Amino acid sequence: MEKITTHTGVGVPLRQSDVDTDQIIPAVYLKRITRTGFDDALFARWRKDPEFVLNQEAYSAGSVLVAGPDFGTGSSREHAVWALKDYGFRAVLSSRFGDIFRGNSGKQGLVAAQVAQGDIELIWKELDNHPGTQVTVDLASRTVTCGSIVAPFQIDDYTRWRLMEGLDDIGLTLQQESSITAYEETRPGWKPRTLPAQYS
Amino acid sequence: MSSPQVSVGTSQTLAEKVWNAHVVQEGGGEGEAKRPDLIYIDLHLIHEVTSPQAFEGLRLAGRPLRRPDLTIATEDHNTPTLDIDKPIADLTSRTQIETLRTNCAEFGVRLHSLGDKEQGIVHVVGPQLGLTQPGVTVVCGDSHTSTHGAFGALAFGIGTSEVEHVMATQTLSLKPFKTMAINVEGALRPGVTSKDIILAVIAKIGTGGGQGYVLEYRGSAIRALSMEARMTICNMSIEAGARAGMVAPDQTTFDYLEGRPHAPQGEDWTAAVEYWKTLRTDDDAAFDAEVNINADELEPFVTWGTNPGQGVSLSRPVPAPEDFEDENARAACERALDYMGLTAGTPMKDIRVDTVFLGSCTNSRMEDLRTAADIIRGRQKDPDIRMIVVPGSARVRLEAEAEGLDQVFKDFGAEWRFAGCSMCLGMNPDQLAEGERCASTSNRNFEGRQGKGGRTHLVSPLVAAATAVRGTLSSPSDLDPIDGATAATAA
Repeated sequence: MEKITTHTGVGVPLRQSDVDTDQIIPAVYLKRITRTGFDDALFARWRKDPEFVLNQEAYSAGSVLVAGPDFGTGSSREHAVWALKDYGFRAVLSSRFGDIFRGNSGKQGLVAAQVAQGDIELIWKELDNHPGTQVTVDLASRTVTCGSIVAPFQIDDYTRWRLMEGLDDIGLTLQQESSITAYEETRPGWKPRTLPAQYS
Repeated sequence: MSSPQVSVGTSQTLAEKVWNAHVVQEGGGEGEAKRPDLIYIDLHLIHEVTSPQAFEGLRLAGRPLRRPDLTIATEDHNTPTLDIDKPIADLTSRTQIETLRTNCAEFGVRLHSLGDKEQGIVHVVGPQLGLTQPGVTVVCGDSHTSTHGAFGALAFGIGTSEVEHVMATQTLSLKPFKTMAINVEGALRPGVTSKDIILAVIAKIGTGGGQGYVLEYRGSAIRALSMEARMTICNMSIEAGARAGMVAPDQTTFDYLEGRPHAPQGEDWTAAVEYWKTLRTDDDAAFDAEVNINADELEPFVTWGTNPGQGVSLSRPVPAPEDFEDENARAACERALDYMGLTAGTPMKDIRVDTVFLGSCTNSRMEDLRTAADIIRGRQKDPDIRMIVVPGSARVRLEAEAEGLDQVFKDFGAEWRFAGCSMCLGMNPDQLAEGERCASTSNRNFEGRQGKGGRTHLVSPLVAAATAVRGTLSSPSDLDPIDGATAATAA
């Protein structure tokens, strides 16, 4: 994973709450077996509306999504994160994220920054007044900056560390393989096994 | 889940007990700076949609799948529910299914393919095989993995990166969850089901209310529920924002499990039950949050909007934006009414639907099919309604046919289909058309979830059946009585 410490890019106001992962990427786009090439699927249903924020010239190069509360709820599809990244987003700001979405973001180098709703409203106003304004998301200081607004954001220490170091989770865990093997030796024999297959 | 303030040996909640029994390596640290624990995963369920990129990751890194014997796969999201003996018509769906088959063969994973007796929705298959057991950790690249918590398992959905992580290591790095008790006391009235309990819970705490928590469903109303009804409740924990929901195992759990293909046997069974009996929240253990629901007061519940928290009792009218104090909730209501084509103040029971879908990992098990069949037996379907019945697994379908339920549905005029996720998310051809309105026993009423422009009302199997009779959202108590002889059989 690429290291990320700070990102600056055009902020895109998405004035809506409860943007579930079915809206971020509808299920029909989940049939692909690749990890990339989902940019056309991002917000697919809303993109057909010429009024939709991503269809406005000022936001076409946007890379910081500023969303309402409860962003990324619902389905566990990591495709939602892939689609946001493929489109060009590097950070999403919201006052509350779906748990699984937030976890998936951390694995893929998309910064899910939890910003108080009051600050989101201020940033929305700034972006509406000056479309195309850049937003800086800085992991080192845990702040977002937009015009004269400087607001703190929350992200858990471990995710922040992994993002800043660009670390691969599986590689990290495999360093503890002896602990995994030791744990496996303590598991009771009656714990379920899928093999050999038993049938009713 | 071990709170830093609590020292070892003190009281624990059910979720904490299961967590602590699976710590491979403690993360260490305190409070906000606490690092994740490495948690062992007892059972990994796989399906075709969220696994191809994970298998590919293993292949690229030259890593084996660590524990094929703790892994099982099934085909469910893309599979057709008609003509299953023919090649899948949609090419991308067919490719995804074929990719799963190739991957499972290459990595030695047991797979139940379309046409196999054990094929079906991944969350129906695990429990029916007896693989889902109390006190185990279960994960799957699917948010409705919370279903398995009904057995007192710690079960939650994961993304594809985590699927690959479990394949490679049989573990996950996780921060402890907080715990929330959902106390449901009292007795459900006739016609009210576990689906109504969970819809009421979500309406009460909201789609984000459970975020960061494991929900433990407790109280006399929960204890009285069957395993299948408990699965319905735990299934929708994610719709309240919680990754997992749990019910402490009890005699109902043990009775369900005993004799299932992968349940322990003989001395193993005795040892397992002895352990399972310890899996309950200690009397003096504290939850991080508690919510109380009075089961006596619950009525059949139905959603009116585009997230599962936008629900009301079926006897109520469609709410108005002004009913909400919060500005975001007001805006969400306005948007939802527009999408759903509803006018505030309309009685929910006046809403006419086009389609009734009985199925999904929420409500597609034997009990769901039986209770729905009991309502429609001897009655006529509203002629304008299309009703689709999709059993959760091939085995459920066979059992239902052995009981003659397929005939009840067919006589009524419903379509009797093959098993899969089907119209819950419309990845296969089972979709709503633009503007089509559906009473659905599934779990999500999101915009376009069941098909582009489709309008979803989440309901219980009882409400689904009654709605298919009357054509408008209805509960069984709204139905005219049928003649004495038939009524007696139906009851």
